[in-house]
Order: sequence, then C-alpha cells, then structure tokens
Amino acid sequence: MQQQRSRVYVWEFPVRFTHWINLLCILALSITGFYIGNPFIQAYSAKQYIMGWIRFIHFVAAYAFLMSFLIRIYWGFMGNKYANWRAFNPFSAKKIRDLADITMFYLLLKKEPPPAVKKEGHTACAIYVYLGLFILFVIEILTGFALYSQSHYGVFWKLMGGWLLSVINVQNIRLYHHLIMWFLIAFAILHVYIGWFLDKTEKNGLMGSIFSGYKFVTGKELE
Amino acid sequence: MKIPDEKELGFMEKLAQKGISRRDFMKFCTMMAATLALPASFAPKIAEAIEKSKRPSLVWLEFQDCAGNTESFLRASKPTVVEIVLNLLSVDYHETIMAPAGKQAEKSLDDVVKNQKGKYITVVEGAIPTKDGGVYCCIGGRSAVDIVKEVCGNAMATIAVGACAWDGGWPAASPNPTGAKGVKDVVSGITLINLPGCPMNVQNLTGVVVHLLTFGALPATDELGRPLFAYGERIHDHCERRAHFDAGQYVRQWGDEGHRLGWCLYEMGCKGPETFQNCPTIRWNDATNWPVGSGHGCIGCASPRFWDTMTPFYRRLPKVPGFGVEATADKIGLGLAAVTAAGVVAHGIARAVKGKGPEQGEKKE
Repeated sequence: MQQQRSRVYVWEFPVRFTHWINLLCILALSITGFYIGNPFIQAYSAKQYIMGWIRFIHFVAAYAFLMSFLIRIYWGFMGNKYANWRAFNPFSAKKIRDLADITMFYLLLKKEPPPAVKKEGHTACAIYVYLGLFILFVIEILTGFALYSQSHYGVFWKLMGGWLLSVINVQNIRLYHHLIMWFLIAFAILHVYIGWFLDKTEKNGLMGSIFSGYKFVTGKELE
Repeated sequence: MKIPDEKELGFMEKLAQKGISRRDFMKFCTMMAATLALPASFAPKIAEAIEKSKRPSLVWLEFQDCAGNTESFLRASKPTVVEIVLNLLSVDYHETIMAPAGKQAEKSLDDVVKNQKGKYITVVEGAIPTKDGGVYCCIGGRSAVDIVKEVCGNAMATIAVGACAWDGGWPAASPNPTGAKGVKDVVSGITLINLPGCPMNVQNLTGVVVHLLTFGALPATDELGRPLFAYGERIHDHCERRAHFDAGQYVRQWGDEGHRLGWCLYEMGCKGPETFQNCPTIRWNDATNWPVGSGHGCIGCASPRFWDTMTPFYRRLPKVPGFGVEATADKIGLGLAAVTAAGVVAHGIARAVKGKGPEQGEKKE
C-alpha cells in the first residue's frame, strides 16, 4: 500500500547557506591547511609567494568559517524546530534508544528502517554526530586562533584563542588542529554516504533537501 | 682582588686603561638602548648610569647545569667579560671562574648575603632538584633549595639564566627523576626575571643588568616572566629565511640544493614559528651567526619545557601518543580516512549482497 507523502519545508535558508559555506570553507581549509603543515609544492623562484597566498586563503576561509558557524548558532535560537538548539539536546532517553535503532540499521543488523529515520528533521544519530562535529569545530577555531595569535599580538587575539597557549603547549595545539582535519574528512565521507543511503532506502529526497530545503515524509509521520 | 687606585680613577679612565675609548663605550650604550627597545636618546642616560653605578655585587649560583650559561657569559665581548666583571659588576661568587675554593669560596657567598642584604644581584644557572629533600644537588653540605631560598630571598634582584633555571629545562624533562624545578617554582615573592634559552644570550643578560643600573628596576616581562625586549617577538617574524618560507622554498633533506642555497628550514622541523626570542636580530657570539643562519632549524629552547614540548626537533608535529615513534599525524589521519572509506564501501557491498533489504521492507508497506 502506497502511503501518502507530504513535502515538508525542513531546512531553512540559513541552515542550507551555512551548510554549503561550511563545505567550501572546510575544503579550502583542509587543502591549504595540509599545505601549511606539509608544503608539498616547491617554489622554483624566490619571487613566488606560494606559502604566502596559501596562508592568506587559509586565514580568509577561517574567518568565513567562523562567521558561518556564528550564523548557525544564531539560527539555533531563531530558526524552526529542526534547527533549534533544543533539537540538539543530547540528554534524552528517546534519542538514545533511537540512536541504538539507527545504528543497528546502518550496520545492516536490522533490515527494517526504524521509525526514527523517518523523521522530518535530524535523526537521533545525526544529532549526536553533529554535536560532536560542533565540538570539533570549536576546537579547530580555538586552536586556529591560538596559533594565529603567535604572530598577532594583543588582547583581542589572546581572547580569541591565545589563552589556550598557556594551557596546552603550542606543539600539541598544532597537532590537534591538524588531526581534527582528518576527523572532518572522515566525517564528510560518512555524511555523504549515509545521506545517499537514506535517500535511497527512504526515498525521502534527503540529498535534494539540502539544496531545496524540502524533505518528503510519509503522512503518518507528520505532526 | 682590589685595584689599589680604583677609587681615584674615574670609570672612563679605567676603560681607557683597557684600551676602550669613550666612543666605543657610547657605541655599547647605544647598542644596549637598541637591545632594550629604547629610543636612541636613552644612550646618554645609560652611559651616565653606568658611569655612576656603584658596582653592585653579583653572585652566580650553579645547580643542575652544564655551565653553558657561564660559557655564554664568558664569551661576552661588549663589554668584554673583563669589563663586566671588574667595572660594571663585582662578581663575588662564581663557582666556575672564582679563585677561592672550598670554605673560602663559601665564605665569599656568606659575606655578600650577610653584608649586602637587598643590594646584590643573584644569577641562577641550572635547575633545582626538589625530590627527596633536595639531596640530588648539594654544595658545601647545603641543598640547592636551601641555598636558592637564602641567596635569592635576600637579593635585590634574581636573574634566572638558561632554560634550567627557568622551568627546570633538561633535568626536568620527562620523567624528571630528581623533581627538578626552576627558580620561579621554588622561591616565591622575590624580584625575579628569567632569561630562558639553552643557553641564554649574554647580550640579553647585559641588557637586563644595564636596565637595572639605569632605571633601578628590572625590564617589563611577559606572563612567563621573560623580558619583553628579548622574548616579545617571534623568531619566524624576524628570520632572514622568512622570504623563502613565504615563497615556498624549503629544505627537504640535509645537504640538498635548498639547504645549500639557504632556503627555509620549516620542513626540517624548525621551531622558529613557535619560539619567541630575539636570536635573529642580536644573534650569537658577537652577532657572528645564529642556528638558522648556519643551516640548522631552531629547536625552541626558549619555549616552556622545550625538551618535552619541542621534540622531535626535526619534525613539524609532535608524535601522537600511543602510536609509536614512526607514526605521524598524517599517517594516522590518512588511515582514519581510509578506514572510513573502506567501511563505506563494505557497507555498500554488504547491502547489495544482502538482497536489498530496505527495498523489501518498502514492498511490505
């Protein structure tokens, strides 16, 4: 029996906008950041400015990323219920049960998609992963500004992340900043694959929803 | 040790006796003003202060050290060590270079502490072991902790020279068997300035002493207790090889073409980008050269706990704990990404093999 499906506006413009800005920034930051940590292109002339431009792009992308992050946090207070910070409250017994169901489904230990993946907003699994992602973002931003504050003196840069230097030694800050890049790359692979997997199994237009904002859900799931 | 006619001769005459002209002296004062980041107009004030100074006593304490800072001190040529020792300061106790030994030596230290309370300068070189009651470093039957508490506690000012006297340095490197600590962690409430580095640069020591003589106070310090004039700016930002860094020209291997051409040592693990000291500007051994200038990366010896935090010296990033020596962050990261990708592929295959489970589920609907 074919159930009726409704088109629900889930992802508002700021959510989609920050999503794509984040993607562009993380791509740019990862490529330039990898070069900064391990300069794999050798200049043939001292008149070139490869590291200079790479660092310039890295810093500009870092600022863009920070702004995007701040917009998304702002939207956590202003946006609809799917974007709201309350949806990200990790301390919920239901979410933990749903997480277990979804994980079983993702690991192909369960054939039936659990009802938890048929929701309009984020699934419970996504909530926990994105919370972790936000923490990684915060660490990247703080460690990034901590490293930046080494060549930018003043109280402002101290506040932006320079204070970290008196807590953790600078080389470890550099290491964490570097390692988290790989976590973000691993996340991106999983993120796209699970999105595509759910799109295929649920036929809910998940992959398209991040462009249009609309998801398709079966009638009974609608509140 | 006293020169008989010392009091009769003026400071300049004494310098002249040693072949140092007033012009040389003024050049030194101008250089000191520049080192201390003061305007050139301060040079005459420095000259005046030095001429009028009353030769404060200086005691130099050595604990867990290699005498490297003493070596650095003895290589001072502006003013030459003789001028520092005899004219600027009266070095009353210095185990390595003093003439008396044994009880007589200890007596000179006691005399200074007793008779010149609050008037003398103490220089501390080496870490102070605190474990097991401080038995790992004793001089004349007294532990380093006792000596440093008494001598530094009664001094006008204490200058901790070298990484060891600052935060324990090498002796405090993990696992720190003797519980070595720097002066700042052993005695509190003293007037202290730190000149970390392995060793400290003698020009900075001279700068601190000149500042003390000129202004009667120690120079401004950062939150780690290091003078800002010497440790306020990053090595990387004043490095002569910086242009190669920005261009993208790196030494990839010792002795390669880039190394011969003097390119940037970033890839060889140079810690210039995270170390704060004035080495590129004042250099070493009378501004002859400095590590990066001679083709070796900075090892960050003026950074906190450098032996633990700045190693491996020849790699950009520290080791990842628990992954062995050869694992670098990139290898682990690449492995992580590969495992994720493999997981995704396996998941896709498993799903195809399992007979399209989810689609079956949908048919039931």
